[in-house]
Amino acid sequence: MRKNLLSSIIAQLILLVFVIIWIIPTFGLFVSSFRDKDLLAVSGWWTSLTTTQVNEIHRTLNKDAQIQENNIYMIKANIFDIDKGKKITSFGITSKNINQFLIEEKATLKDGSELTVSENGEYIWKSQIPFKNKKGKRIFITASSPPNFTLENYKEVLFKEGVGQAFLNTLTVAIPSTIIPLIICSFFAYALSWMRFFGRDTLLAVIIASLVVPLQMSLIPLLSIYNDIGALFNVSSKSYPGVWMAHTGFGLASTTFLLRNFIKSLPHEMIEAARVDGATHYDIFTKIILPLSIPAFASIFILQFLWVWNDLLVGLVFLDQVPSEIIITAKLRELLGSRGENWEILTTGAFVSMTVPLAIFFLLQKYFIRGLVAGSVKG
Amino acid sequence: MTIFSLVLYVLAGILVCILYYHISNFLLDFFAKKDSKDSSIRAVIFIAPAFIVLVIFILYPVFETIRLSFFDKFDREFVGINNYIWAVNDPEFRRCILNNLGWLLIVPTLSTFFGLVIANLADRIWWGTIAKSIIFMPMAISFVGAGVIWKFVYDYRGPGDQQIGFLNAIIVSFGLDPQAWITIPIWNNLFLMAIMIWIQTGLAMIIFSAALRGVPKEMLEAARIDGAGELKIFTSIIIPYLQQTILVIWTIITIVVLKIFDIIVAMTNGQWQTEVLANLMFDWMFRGGGDSGRGSVFAIVIMVAVIPIMVLNIYRHKQEQKI
Amino acid sequence: MKDRSKEDEVADININTVNKYFGDVHVIKDISLDVKSQSFTVLVGPSGCGKSTMLRMIAGLEDINSGTISIDGQVVNDLPPKERNIAMVFQSYALYPHMTVFDNMAFGLKLEKRSKDEINERVQEAARILQIEDYLQRKPKQLSGGQRQRVAIGRAITRKPKVFLFDEPLSNLDAALRVQMRVELAKLHDELNATMIYVTHDQTEAMTLADDIVVLDEGIVSQKGSPMKLYNTPSNLFVGGFIGSPKMNFIKSTIISKNNDSTEVNLFESSKLTVPKISDISSEGDQVQIGIRPEHLLVNQEGDASWESKVFVVEKLGSGTFLYLEKEGEPLVVEAAGDSNIKVGDTVKIGFNASRCHIFDNSDQAFQ
Repeated sequence: MRKNLLSSIIAQLILLVFVIIWIIPTFGLFVSSFRDKDLLAVSGWWTSLTTTQVNEIHRTLNKDAQIQENNIYMIKANIFDIDKGKKITSFGITSKNINQFLIEEKATLKDGSELTVSENGEYIWKSQIPFKNKKGKRIFITASSPPNFTLENYKEVLFKEGVGQAFLNTLTVAIPSTIIPLIICSFFAYALSWMRFFGRDTLLAVIIASLVVPLQMSLIPLLSIYNDIGALFNVSSKSYPGVWMAHTGFGLASTTFLLRNFIKSLPHEMIEAARVDGATHYDIFTKIILPLSIPAFASIFILQFLWVWNDLLVGLVFLDQVPSEIIITAKLRELLGSRGENWEILTTGAFVSMTVPLAIFFLLQKYFIRGLVAGSVKG
Repeated sequence: MTIFSLVLYVLAGILVCILYYHISNFLLDFFAKKDSKDSSIRAVIFIAPAFIVLVIFILYPVFETIRLSFFDKFDREFVGINNYIWAVNDPEFRRCILNNLGWLLIVPTLSTFFGLVIANLADRIWWGTIAKSIIFMPMAISFVGAGVIWKFVYDYRGPGDQQIGFLNAIIVSFGLDPQAWITIPIWNNLFLMAIMIWIQTGLAMIIFSAALRGVPKEMLEAARIDGAGELKIFTSIIIPYLQQTILVIWTIITIVVLKIFDIIVAMTNGQWQTEVLANLMFDWMFRGGGDSGRGSVFAIVIMVAVIPIMVLNIYRHKQEQKI
Repeated sequence: MKDRSKEDEVADININTVNKYFGDVHVIKDISLDVKSQSFTVLVGPSGCGKSTMLRMIAGLEDINSGTISIDGQVVNDLPPKERNIAMVFQSYALYPHMTVFDNMAFGLKLEKRSKDEINERVQEAARILQIEDYLQRKPKQLSGGQRQRVAIGRAITRKPKVFLFDEPLSNLDAALRVQMRVELAKLHDELNATMIYVTHDQTEAMTLADDIVVLDEGIVSQKGSPMKLYNTPSNLFVGGFIGSPKMNFIKSTIISKNNDSTEVNLFESSKLTVPKISDISSEGDQVQIGIRPEHLLVNQEGDASWESKVFVVEKLGSGTFLYLEKEGEPLVVEAAGDSNIKVGDTVKIGFNASRCHIFDNSDQAFQ
């Protein structure tokens, strides 16, 4: 018994290590996407629940904001645009010495004016003579920032960076690219299972061979066909219907194969009974096969949908990289290049791109797994 | 485009597809009511769309790509095997081959191994289902998304700065210097492979988990009665029993890895000696206006690599049909 | 349904030199067969004899390689199943799992675009005949095996076909239910007065149900006739062994001499037997086999021949007792009375009458 207990504990520990390694990267991304971008840039996500030291540069207002009080000119305001609960501990007026003064300490500038900064960011800048500066004065602050979670990043990414539009574009690509092959392949799979025609076995062998043909084999010839068609009708060679057809083509073999395995597994006597009952193949397909195939359809729908949603290559090759057509993975790739250091944008964009797959994953995991297992057992 | 027009677009595409089948079958029923041999026309109706797509998108391109690989960059002049000779002498191509080989050796092997271990552990632990869900989750994420996730893990800041990448934070907490992981040649490949392993282990685990459920309980009980320990049962009963499954998983992951493209594009864009065949091909499709000859050569190299697996699959299918 | 006896609703079937190949395998070899209108014909034989293939060819589910099949005088070789005016009941019931019992039975009628009232009326009537009126709104999953089989039969009845085809319909039922359904099928045939063709491997079903039995063996018709004709005068060794339970005993023998109306053969090493049957092709010295059914062997009685044997196994069934014996290397089964008190190890005297036994020549054909 003791040996069993020990082995059980070891097993649990090993599994726990795996689980932690597997969850941490995604969890980090998830947490980061909700963090304030200033904090995100300077501290790891694992510190997001603690107070963080941040160094920031701000500007005071310029001369237009000055008021006069008892012959003393003053600029009074708060250096923070929005109150995020940051508490200033020290500040400086030159980049060489950013921690020169403590809060409430009077900093005397070269022109004799005096500046004090309070903990909450309010400052008073006093001068005997009127301010003439067109630009505000730079203030360097060191502040402790409390944990700060925000949806700002999502607003920014969805509406300003164009990820929202890319999200819609991806849906436009993914839904037909999933449903069209499902329809086409279900008829094909039915014919391969229950109809007799010349060359059926050969066709099936071609399908199985096509299962592993790399997509790369098709790209160059297809691109040239698309260009020719585009030139012929004087339209852009890159369009949504074009990408739907491409995904239909690339998903055809696997969808047909999975559906055929399912349809073939239905009892042949049932199909024959329907034929004796006077059903044509179309009747059998719509009235018997379709209702019975719903679970299989669900599995295959999920597989193909995720494949299309997560695809990058087909979207890069067969769509223009313009805001009205770019898909979300391509958008992310673009952001990785152009906004490589803006982690608030990258993490949030990545998380937006993952929402649909993760929703499907958590809601329909059963069908997802069933599809993968069905595909592997024979594929 | 507005949401409304997108929806319209989508519906129209799907409707066309459904109408084709409905109308053509209706017409057949209408005109060929008494025709006893209607099934051959109907077979054509059922097969035609898929078959045409198959020909245009898979079969024709395969042969066309082979042809193009013997022509120059604009598909004007026959150049024999010059493109191949060029490729063999191209240092970039050689590096890609080496990198691809590394990927092929390491990723399928480790993913399969981890998947097998996790499936075994999880099936006997009460929180195993949750654990499996977590390990499996990366399967749902895009390679690009996974790239962002891991780029964040590998993020590098100068030695004095606060590290925001998790890996460097750990390294620093042990008192070591932070590293710019994805820029260290050779080793960076391993860090990219880790992403793929992170994704594919879930697949292997799920399939093993299903296969393990098929292991007859009586067989395990008989082994226990014969006095075999758990480890012995695992190595001499479960692993041989799962031989076929191991092979299947290994081939599936191998095919995915052969085509690996997105992760490299997202993480390094082929810099720091991380490029692989699919990236090089994509590159040459557009580099300098596009070179269809050289691009095709790379596609064919990938294709040649999957042929053994293709043959194996067809062979296995034939075996199954016999049973 | 009583009006079913109308001439136009039933049909005879003519099968003329039909051949069928599966690849290189010749499964149906030149079979010709007439099935009389309104008869109950049973195709029986061991698995792989071609009986199901034959039925499926009549149904139109398998192509015919050569020869013709006509239903009611019309050649149906190229007609799809739906135009042959047949209905078929399958071994696995083949119900549509996603439809209710009612919809299962109405499916064919709906495809024919019958009116709602007519569909309803026909389904209700079939349900009444089969006593499944209470289950019409259930799904097949919620039914027992016997009920499912009734639905499958009901599905056939509603379409009022000219010919009913049954493909081992009772094989998936347990023994008790099988007997019950057998009786009901016989009643159904009386009630519907339709032509029925029934495939089974179970000779009991064949004996109890059939007007005509067709014994198939390796793709040819071994013998066709009424059950009692097959039982009393099997035309060959295969039919002799196939019909009857337990199996007929076979004893190796040789012809000693032949007459105009009888043949003398030897029985075991030391005795002789004169059987009132003859064959034109056999001559003296030929190897033959004597066939005698267990129920025709007499225990502790003299007949035209008798001998003593030791009992190895005794099987008591209540109504009868089967004794397993051996004589000179030949295993024998004997049916004794149910109250027999013979025990294992006893030596019993076995006898039989020559008129009860059959002789099969070396090409397995029976003496007449």
